[in-house]
Amino acid sequence: MRLIDARHIDFGHGGQKVLQNVSMSLDQGEIVTIVGPNGSGKSTLLRLLIGALTPQKGSVTRAPGLRIGYVPQKLHIDPTLPITVARFLNLPKPVPAKAATEALRTAGVAGLDHQQMSQLSGGQFQRVLLARAILANPHVLMLDEATQGLDQPGSAAFYRQIAAVRQDLGCAVLMVSHELHVVMSASDRVICLNGHICCEGTPEVVTAAPAYRELFGTGTGGALALYRHEHDHDHSHHHHHHHPEAAE
Amino acid sequence: MLDDFLLRAALAAVGTAVAAGLLGCFVVWRRMAYFGDATAHAAVLGVALALLFGTSITLGVGIVALCMAVLIHSLSGQAVAVDTILGVLAHGALALGLVAVTLVPGQRIDLDAYLFGDVLSVTRADLAVIWGGGVLLVGVLWWQWSAMLTATLNPDLAHAAGINPRRQQLILTVLVAAVVAVAIKVVGALLITALLIIPAASARSFASTPERMAFFAMAIGALSALGGLRLAVHFDTQVGPSIICVAVLIFAVSRVGKHLPRLPI
Repeated sequence: MRLIDARHIDFGHGGQKVLQNVSMSLDQGEIVTIVGPNGSGKSTLLRLLIGALTPQKGSVTRAPGLRIGYVPQKLHIDPTLPITVARFLNLPKPVPAKAATEALRTAGVAGLDHQQMSQLSGGQFQRVLLARAILANPHVLMLDEATQGLDQPGSAAFYRQIAAVRQDLGCAVLMVSHELHVVMSASDRVICLNGHICCEGTPEVVTAAPAYRELFGTGTGGALALYRHEHDHDHSHHHHHHHPEAAE
Repeated sequence: MLDDFLLRAALAAVGTAVAAGLLGCFVVWRRMAYFGDATAHAAVLGVALALLFGTSITLGVGIVALCMAVLIHSLSGQAVAVDTILGVLAHGALALGLVAVTLVPGQRIDLDAYLFGDVLSVTRADLAVIWGGGVLLVGVLWWQWSAMLTATLNPDLAHAAGINPRRQQLILTVLVAAVVAVAIKVVGALLITALLIIPAASARSFASTPERMAFFAMAIGALSALGGLRLAVHFDTQVGPSIICVAVLIFAVSRVGKHLPRLPI
């Protein structure tokens, strides 16, 4: 069953094109990873798919009644807003206390129910976001660079958690990442994005594609180089264009 | 029973402060303080127009505040420096209102009543408007509570859950306009934002969940209203500013109280 279908999407801010003629779809149970350099429009694409943005051209069709479990890149909670983990998990729909406890355990943060959200560490916070996404009993779990701010072992553990969650729920997973070496092998399909879709296919097909190599270099070495490269810069998504790294 | 003007004043002040306290939580969480100010300042223009056209003050203020609020709402969707535009609109509307009031033919108008409130002169009809509006506001927020909270936490989370955050913002916008229309009689155009923000800010110190903060904000609003009225009667001061003084005092105590347990005594 087709969950989301995007056709020939164009999107830009103030005359600057962010996405051009992007078409993609997501089927039931698939794991799809979108990779691309900073400013390549990954987060924008995800926000178009959930309906937070409207494409200027083209269309996004979501299956009727589609439940999306969305884990944003970063969630800032205003310090004036007091909220416990338990209360947060009950938004927007109340869930049974047992289900909330269970979701926290599944996400790897059992027993945090009565903590204030503002007191959580970065890793705990992302896992609570994951728990909340699970509670929606989603058809698709969407993760937008959900491991930002986690160290490498932390993000590896987080992705293992996601693989386990997907086994439990049988939902589709759509994630955006730059940590290629961690996520690639688990994906059914990889979409390489840089304003347009450069190439897509199984992880093997994409890593072998010339367009991918041009963007990221070759093999794991290239992926790690990109990883380091991105950490030299700030993480806010300015839409300036990173020039593709030359193949090493 | 409602013959006593003090009793009417107390009921009006408490009704307004409770509604403002609840709505004020969202104003604080969403950092809409300046937005509240702009809407409140536009109220003076509403007073002038109501006098010109001979309609009720509440209606005039409500309509102008609503227009202002919707205007700001539509501007906030675009990538412009909103605070500057808010500043222009707020003070523009205030100045225009002050000029327009003096141009109303035939009567000298006591502007103080609209700038600082005149709760001692509320009528039964005013009371009906205040409590009717207050009950409506509480009802709307009760009904929209979860969606509103989700949209406040993060617009994208709301979208993913099928909630339109722009719609939630529009509801809040309309409610702020309604509170301005009702509160102008009690604390006046200049201090309405204070009534929205200060009880909510004080409540933050005691609360662990949004619901508790809302409840405390309503309680603190009511306490400020009664305390301020008492103070005003005792010292023969203006009621609106006295209410805000009490609210500020409670805020100060709440901040100190919050830090007390950490002192190594």
